[in-house]
Amino acid sequence: MLRPRITPCLLIKNGGLVKTVRFDQPKYVGDPVNAVKIFNEKEADELIVLDIDATAEEREPNFRLIAQIAVECRMPMCYGGGVKTVEQAKRISGLGVEKIAISSAVIENPSLVSQTAQEIGAQSVVVVLDVKKRTAGGQYEVFTHNGRRGTGKTPMQIAQEMQAGGAGEIVVNSIENDGVMKGYDLSLATTMRAATTLPMTVLGGAGSLADIGKLIAACGVIGAAAGSLFVFKGAYKAVLINYPTQSQKEDLIRSAVMQ
Amino acid sequence: MITIIDYGIGNLQAFLNVYKRLNIDATVAKESADLRGATKVILPGVGHFDHAMQQLNETGMREQLDDLVLEQKVPVLGVCVGMQMLAKASDEGASPGLGWIDGRVRGFSSWEPAGELPLPHMGWNDVRPVADSPLFDQLEDDARFYFLHSFFFECGSDANVLAVAQYGADFSCAVHADNIYGVQFHPEKSHHFGTRLLQNFAEL
Repeated sequence: MLRPRITPCLLIKNGGLVKTVRFDQPKYVGDPVNAVKIFNEKEADELIVLDIDATAEEREPNFRLIAQIAVECRMPMCYGGGVKTVEQAKRISGLGVEKIAISSAVIENPSLVSQTAQEIGAQSVVVVLDVKKRTAGGQYEVFTHNGRRGTGKTPMQIAQEMQAGGAGEIVVNSIENDGVMKGYDLSLATTMRAATTLPMTVLGGAGSLADIGKLIAACGVIGAAAGSLFVFKGAYKAVLINYPTQSQKEDLIRSAVMQ
Repeated sequence: MITIIDYGIGNLQAFLNVYKRLNIDATVAKESADLRGATKVILPGVGHFDHAMQQLNETGMREQLDDLVLEQKVPVLGVCVGMQMLAKASDEGASPGLGWIDGRVRGFSSWEPAGELPLPHMGWNDVRPVADSPLFDQLEDDARFYFLHSFFFECGSDANVLAVAQYGADFSCAVHADNIYGVQFHPEKSHHFGTRLLQNFAEL
């Protein structure tokens, strides 16, 4: 049976590991390579690493840091942040990164999806959609540049465009739920699940393993990604890298499927 | 010495890392001369079938690889697209494959059992051996591996199927003929399950 994936998401800023709340207030939580080593030991399903400054600062991905992380990473890894060209995607792929996430560049230029897929394979092209509601109760909209620039498009629209263009996976990230740890936006997740037949990963809001269970119960085989949940412990958010054990994951998935 | 074929495609570093941790000698071959002394060969691969075949052909290693594998019977392990390349052909492209194992690579998208399932087939799936093989020695009954692909190897003969995984229905995810092995999943990124399999391959 293909299993839902439970995926730690690591945010990089100035070469360090940080965690944000609603894309703001980055808190330094440690060294990314060290975190990767811990997730190796815990046998995490996969890893997402996002450089949150690269696009906003209009700079290239930090290839040296990506190489350092990729060499350590014993699980499949997805890198995103500042990837604007096919050449950059190829270079990162060559460093041993299985999946390359692109966001603003493919939203501005959808043909980049098929161009990149031709070079590194469709299965390796991941599109990240940062989503929030422009007005309370309003429609979901995709944002870029750390949530500051609106695109005027819904995530469902863009996901379908990306699927047609040959993307291999969609990551949908709720800006409003980022770091809040009160649960995923299940209505966003189920709407997105219905909008595309691509594999999908949902990020933003997980505060407990039960939240992941609820996502799996609502969406079936899906990727459940989380930042805060896997880097903080307790009400005071003490930094402690953690991840469920194999049997915890099995129990979680079994009970979610039966819900 | 485990020799990993470097033709510009696939995550060689991940294999080197696994073997380094296991204290097993492994090296990389970029051209024919590097294949000297190879006692085991790993053929990694990702991306498009035709692109992978073209890149491999351009290294100039084809002739010596054929000799190593077909004449000298050196064990070889194809991984992901590297496994698909063992087939005669692929529905993904027009290039002929290596043709070392009788079979053809098919797409899930035109395979009825996969129906409306998301593609690519991506994530951790159970791998169920259907034949006895040292490749799966000491692997737990619930061994699972990481998959990332939209095409799969359809063997000409069931005798070449070593293990199956389920996506809509069973498909062959490990194949075998004589000294030739192929796995569709990524043992180099499958934690202790994959490490065990790569160790088993080294100990063949």
